[in-house]
Amino acid sequence: MLHIENLNKTFNPGTPIENHVLRGVSLHLEEGDYVTLIGGNGAGKSTLLSGVAGTFLPDTGTITIGGTEVTNLPEHRRAVYLGRVFQDPMTGTAANMNIEENMALAYRRGKRRGLGWYIKSKERELYRERLSTLELGLEDRLTDKVGLLSGGQRQALTLVMATLKQPRVLLLDEHTAALDPKTAPKVLAIGTKIIKELNLTTMMVTHNMRDAIYHGNRLIMMSGGRIVLDISGDEKQKLTVEELVAKFSLASDEEFTGDQALLG
Amino acid sequence: MLIIQGAVSLGLIFSLMAMGVYLTFRVLEMPDLSAEGSIILGAGTAARLVSGGVNPFFATIIATVVGCTAGLVTGVLHTKFKIPPILAGILTMVASYSVVIRIMGTSNIPLLPHGPNRVTSVFTFLQETGLSRQASIILFSAVMVVVVGVVLYCFLGTEAGSAMRATGNNRQMVKAQGINTDAMVILCLMISNGLIGLSGALWSQQQGFASVDMGTGTIVIGLASVIIAEVLFRVRRVWARLITLVAGSIIYRMIIALALNLDFLSPTDLRLLTAIIVAIALTLPLIVEKVSKPVEKTKGRRK
Repeated sequence: MLHIENLNKTFNPGTPIENHVLRGVSLHLEEGDYVTLIGGNGAGKSTLLSGVAGTFLPDTGTITIGGTEVTNLPEHRRAVYLGRVFQDPMTGTAANMNIEENMALAYRRGKRRGLGWYIKSKERELYRERLSTLELGLEDRLTDKVGLLSGGQRQALTLVMATLKQPRVLLLDEHTAALDPKTAPKVLAIGTKIIKELNLTTMMVTHNMRDAIYHGNRLIMMSGGRIVLDISGDEKQKLTVEELVAKFSLASDEEFTGDQALLG
Repeated sequence: MLIIQGAVSLGLIFSLMAMGVYLTFRVLEMPDLSAEGSIILGAGTAARLVSGGVNPFFATIIATVVGCTAGLVTGVLHTKFKIPPILAGILTMVASYSVVIRIMGTSNIPLLPHGPNRVTSVFTFLQETGLSRQASIILFSAVMVVVVGVVLYCFLGTEAGSAMRATGNNRQMVKAQGINTDAMVILCLMISNGLIGLSGALWSQQQGFASVDMGTGTIVIGLASVIIAEVLFRVRRVWARLITLVAGSIIYRMIIALALNLDFLSPTDLRLLTAIIVAIALTLPLIVEKVSKPVEKTKGRRK
């Protein structure tokens, strides 16, 4: 479903702050793969996700989503294939607009915006139904401004919006890192539930080793702009945090010192 | 009475401009200084065409389109060439002065509303039905304001309008929904400056001349109308915002008219007065907050 071939990216080339963030990353995701992406600060995991989303264009390499090459498509043109949830809960929704306006924007992802009314009344039924699966009561607040919602509610809403029109690949970029410790697991569970229900191909960046182990069917660890570990199937099922730390040291010749990585 | 009539007619004409300023300043959340250019482009184009005997309605439409091109230039400078929005607007504004003199062929065109050499303006056909000139101006401008307001309201409720409002709010989110934010910014600037050009076209026909320096201070007058409306009427819905914009624009004109009636003020003090009004209106919410909440603040500190 997602195929990345030899992706390279250097930010600020030729300057003192030159940063070779992606060094020949190749990765293939089958349909329905739920990959957790882990690594220390500056490992390139969020950059890899941004590269797939089209926030920047790579120096070399290709990205193919569901058989369509998107390497040089601008961000808004490849959005039709992608659902995205960001680290900052403020990023995924428009705060000044109400819930149904936000959902109507997401429902038309990848479609031409014409002069039809922004929402059709029958859509509201669908929105309520999808929101009710969150069990947050948002289905009764369609006309509330999104700015009134808490960070956790906004992330849950963004998850629903990202999957309202089925994406070929769902990109979750540390989407629970900015939430409080009580809310984060709830939002994570909501995401995993939606991913299973819709059998979505997913890439999830996380700082938390335990989350990376307990969610998804495949775990990828990055270091220094390269993929250093790729664990799936039974091996991933049996994985423990201690083993993961040991494997990481072996694979990358460096201590894994991500602040939050050892917690949990 | 004469003062009120004058304030209402000018207020109505300038409320079209206020809607344009609202679109950039509040919907797109991007202050656009090309307004100063598009108002003289609209006024100059209409004056040149109308004085040349062109149908005034056609001339007004052309003036609106010329206003749109100013928005297009600012939009391209900002989105494609990554020039900061304020600077992009200033560049368009400065260039407009030269362009408008090219269009007019001179720096000043009179449009005599009376006498044997009088020019046919958009208000003339109402005058011919027996209405006074002032009443014709008010009636025609009011119809224009209603038509433009309704069209604008409907547009902001469409898929494209909704995408435009979201673009002003959160560009990253809008891109993730597959919307070309650059196109939305350019479209919004074009509509905004088109409305300002239209306002300029009506203004030149109302006052009976167009001159290249008549646009100075436009953006501040537009902001004054938008902010007076926001301070006086705390409404949130788009249709209510549009109605209060018209009220804000008329109230601004009345304040100015009344102030200029005072003996110690001369017409040249107009711009100083406008700047003071905008500064006060912008500070007012802050002052109200300070005055009404001192008790809560001390409570907070004691904890």
